[in-house]
Amino acid sequence: MDIIRKIWNALPFPDQTKRLLIIFVFFITGWLVVRHHLVPPTFGQRGYYRAAAVDSIAALPISFVGQSQCVECHVDEGAVKTASYHRDVSCEVCHGPGAKHLDDPSANSLLPAKERTLCTVCHSYTASKPTGFPQIEPLTHNPADPCIKCHNPHDPKPPTTPSACGACHGEIARTKSVSHHASLECTFCHQTQELHKISPRAAIPGKPANRDFCGGCHSRSADSPKEIPRVDMDSHGDGHLCWQCHYPHYPEAL
Amino acid sequence: MDKLIEQLQHNLSQVVGFIYPNEIELHWGILVVVYPYITGLVAGAFILASLERVFNVKEIMPTYRLALLTALSFLIVAPLPLLLHLGHPERSFEIMITPHLQSAMAMFGFVYIWYLMMVLVLEIWFEYREDLGRWARSGKGWKKYLHYLLTLGSLDHSEKSLRFDHKAVTFITIVGIPSAFLLHGYVGFIFGSIKANPWWSSVLMPIVFLFSAIVSGIALMILVYGLSTLIRGKSIDMACMNKLASYLLYVLIIDLSLETLDFIHRVYESVESINIMGQLISQKLFISLIVVQLLLGTLAPISLLVLSKFLRLPDELKRLLFFLSAILVQIGIFSTRWNVVIGGQLFSKSLRGLTNYKMELLGLEGLLIAIGLLVLPFIILTVMVKILPPWKDQKPAVS
Amino acid sequence: MDRREMEISRREFFQKAALSGTLLFIIGPKVKDSVAQVTESGETITHHYAMGIQVDKCIGCGRCVNGCKIENNVPREPFFYRTWIERYVITVDGDVVVDSPDGGISGFPETKEKDAILRSFFIPKLCNHCANPPCVQVCPVGATFSTEEGVVLVDKDYCIGCRYCIQACPYGARFLNPETKTADKCTFCYHRLAKGLVPACVEVCPTRARIFGEIGVRSSQLTRFMRFNELQVLKPDLNTEPRVFYANLDGAVK
Repeated sequence: MDIIRKIWNALPFPDQTKRLLIIFVFFITGWLVVRHHLVPPTFGQRGYYRAAAVDSIAALPISFVGQSQCVECHVDEGAVKTASYHRDVSCEVCHGPGAKHLDDPSANSLLPAKERTLCTVCHSYTASKPTGFPQIEPLTHNPADPCIKCHNPHDPKPPTTPSACGACHGEIARTKSVSHHASLECTFCHQTQELHKISPRAAIPGKPANRDFCGGCHSRSADSPKEIPRVDMDSHGDGHLCWQCHYPHYPEAL
Repeated sequence: MDKLIEQLQHNLSQVVGFIYPNEIELHWGILVVVYPYITGLVAGAFILASLERVFNVKEIMPTYRLALLTALSFLIVAPLPLLLHLGHPERSFEIMITPHLQSAMAMFGFVYIWYLMMVLVLEIWFEYREDLGRWARSGKGWKKYLHYLLTLGSLDHSEKSLRFDHKAVTFITIVGIPSAFLLHGYVGFIFGSIKANPWWSSVLMPIVFLFSAIVSGIALMILVYGLSTLIRGKSIDMACMNKLASYLLYVLIIDLSLETLDFIHRVYESVESINIMGQLISQKLFISLIVVQLLLGTLAPISLLVLSKFLRLPDELKRLLFFLSAILVQIGIFSTRWNVVIGGQLFSKSLRGLTNYKMELLGLEGLLIAIGLLVLPFIILTVMVKILPPWKDQKPAVS
Repeated sequence: MDRREMEISRREFFQKAALSGTLLFIIGPKVKDSVAQVTESGETITHHYAMGIQVDKCIGCGRCVNGCKIENNVPREPFFYRTWIERYVITVDGDVVVDSPDGGISGFPETKEKDAILRSFFIPKLCNHCANPPCVQVCPVGATFSTEEGVVLVDKDYCIGCRYCIQACPYGARFLNPETKTADKCTFCYHRLAKGLVPACVEVCPTRARIFGEIGVRSSQLTRFMRFNELQVLKPDLNTEPRVFYANLDGAVK
């Protein structure tokens, strides 16, 4: 006891600070002890986080097994689909996630995928979809029938080749139908091979190449009905191509 | 959860324009408004107390100890709103054991502990040590023992020892001023450093927070000093009141200038976000920003204080004007915090739409809890004043 | 040293300077340098995952949103999304109208502005897994972090639910999971990557609008995508360095 008292008195700071010091040492030690026990064991191993969290996230179960798993058993469907327009549409998009089915195929069957809504979620018309993506108007396109009555979803070639271009190019067809060019067939300007209807990108339709094509109807000297507006092909438009200013599918637009 | 969904459905119906789908839930509610408001009062009250010590402003001597105790009472409550709004309050200790040093928020623990332990508690302890010893010797009942415990057994009242106390207090105050700036500047930085949010992201944010903190702290001390003196049946020291009111006026003017500078800067720069900011102010924040914060909370008290400074008014009327200004300032500063915290979440980060905040009344993040948190410091202060009487004009009740 | 490496090392330099600049570094747990994966032959592999988005292939069908919710057990209620789709309609008057009904999970109805559309398109969104992530910077406890592969994850067993990261994310990619009361967001389906699969949204996208892969790997779909497209990231001015790259991104997208 005396020794402690001697040391206490020998310390060269005022009495108050010595007492405060004890309290601070007590708190800091307490904090260090608590910290030592509470910091998770894997914290800081790979970075400023709990390394164990990465492992527990990596170990989460999956729901979608991926197309390659499906076609191992469903070989025929796989073979048909791989060669069709729907080759990029994974099986589980329509049939639902397959993890449980893969574990025990007989106990967990997947969706038969027959409803119209499964198709219209992609194929109903909206103006925002990219040009060329096949779209229909569900209210007018055989509304009472399931899609699979006419279309095989694994190979969705149209039952007959499209009678009109609007089946795929709906946006253009709509625009054109209310324009002054409504009466023109698409093929009047676009030379289209039959192959385009089956394999669109293998045979891209042609487009007019020069001013003279439009001049066929719109030049002063053209042999066409009188109501059609005429321009002087030599002076009009400064040598620009017609479609650099006019949108041929809706020529009256600004 | 059903209640949350119902509330989000309601919010969805209030959305104007486009917001990101995840933005429908507004994440920082009334409790996060209360937090910077309370820390502002702490910093402001402390800076006021420091004026007496460091700059020797004798007039405000009567508020010195009271300001320290007020700051401490509010500081004790400051972390509670944060704690209550956490998704997992039981994990809050992590901020002390694994603080992420790049995170402004992780500094909370350190700034808080530094300010609580190293500045406020130490300063109060040195300031009261002599009195505590006296009360411990001459007191009666349980208070005697409590006071003795608080002295930590340090009963040396020699002149040398007391001189050390005085020096320690001055030293801590000098350290304390930057610490108070740090405490509240840091709260401003939490918002000001979020580059994703153009309403918050501003270098002026910590400085505006700081000056509004000083404004609110001085106004609080006008109220606390005035009311406590009236309750005790003593007469209010008008010299002290006049000085406090002058300080309040000066800092209010600085605060207003800074806010105006920020406003002019934003309008003049007129970057991408200016349109949505304009909509925000004119549609969602018109009442709380233009009417309450600017007119009622800033311009009105400035006018009242100017009037009372330049007109020869009787003391009673002056006091009334001071009180009125102080109350208006409190409402204004609370509004300021609201406009920063809630306002910053009312527009989409897509800058294409506005959303809505519907405050709960009950519930953990509701209005009642917020009011409770604002009353709690006054209860703590009442208890503290009983244990550590700050009045120089009165011996403690026990003697 | 190429530009990318230089940028990374500069960032590291600033981070280290900031770390050592503060005296507080002594009290943080000791952080080891992150370890790269090492194969049996002693080769080090560091993955750098990234996603490419071909805007003009997105049809707004919402299969990714749906698949993500199933795969990751995201609450079905329409306020919590790890990925979502926005529709932009730019009218002839120059107005930009954006919507995302239920995150696009059930596709998009026909737009109201259909008579006055100048341009319109869909934008899939998700966590950008930034190389310079503001959410990781602000997390006070190290509960959100970048893995060595550049995937930004949340440790739901360590997150305190302060929601600072949600405020700091410029893209609205984070939400508070109402079940766990912790921050939640896209993980690039980290649990699927660990099993050699692609993220669920990529798996179920019927038009290959999303391409997933590793940066810097030769002969991969992602590298090909990055080679042949002009790429853009979201909000580049915020210097977050996203790892989700968009091809043909319109300037109206924010």
